[in-house]
Amino acid sequence: MTDIGLGHYLTLGAVIFSIGVIGIFLNRKNIIVILMSIELILLAVNINLVSFSIYLDDLTGQVFTLFILTVAAAEAAIGLAIIVVYYRNAGTIRVEEIDKLKG
Amino acid sequence: MMAHAIFFYAFSIIAVISAIMVTVSKNTVHSVFFLILDFISISCLFIMIGAEFLGMIMLIVYVGAVAVLFLFVVMMLNVAQQKNQWFISKQNSGHIPVGLIISTIIFFELIIVVGGWKYKPELLNPTISKVSNEISNTHSLGQVLYTDYIHIFQISGMVLLIAMIGAIVLTFRQREGVKTQSYLKQISRERSEGVEVLDVPSNQGVKIDD
Repeated sequence: MTDIGLGHYLTLGAVIFSIGVIGIFLNRKNIIVILMSIELILLAVNINLVSFSIYLDDLTGQVFTLFILTVAAAEAAIGLAIIVVYYRNAGTIRVEEIDKLKG
Repeated sequence: MMAHAIFFYAFSIIAVISAIMVTVSKNTVHSVFFLILDFISISCLFIMIGAEFLGMIMLIVYVGAVAVLFLFVVMMLNVAQQKNQWFISKQNSGHIPVGLIISTIIFFELIIVVGGWKYKPELLNPTISKVSNEISNTHSLGQVLYTDYIHIFQISGMVLLIAMIGAIVLTFRQREGVKTQSYLKQISRERSEGVEVLDVPSNQGVKIDD
């Protein structure tokens, strides 16, 4: 119990990943919270990569975490820009009212 | 070892609780604040485990840039008071049990993978980039980042550039009735049309604007 190993970090990553997936599925009001759930999922992936990198003595995981960080920042910027444009055009960003594509 | 365990459990419990609060809190601004708390506790975990550079970069990028961007958009769009309600959807909510089942299945699959990880020796191939104990984490990361991964590094810079251009192009809007400078007009002014030499008659003056 007091000996923290790789499994503990991987379990933490799995828990946060599942919370992110649940957030995407259950959120029906606010699309910004869905973007935040995507950030949580990327964070869980980063936890896995960093803990594997430390416990396997290999720096590659940390290098790829840097790149995931880059992509996450770009994704957040583009996603929020799309949300701002959609709000300007449609006047709402409630998930249930965004049905232009009739999906 | 004991202190490590105590800090790990403290930070991970804070991280999990704040991740739950991100998804369930009614106010979107509170969601952003809990997201910031989540990022901070995870970066504390990274610093504790020995990846100091990534922990600091997570603080700068996520807390300093991404979360503030979220906060900015939430406040600009005035959706902070739009309540984030569950299960009250007018349309059918049949997706909710499906989503819960799928999330639970994903969670248990990940747990099974963690439990089945036997630390097999054949998986531990010697790699080109070993973690060194003599030099710091930042130093060793820099040594591999600018040599072995230089192309991916530059491509990630291009990704950021394209994201920046895309965000500017998406949100750019030409407004009506706003006076702006026309740079092309400014720099293409000639002396002949800018300055006019007049012969002013004595005691009569001259009218400049016609």
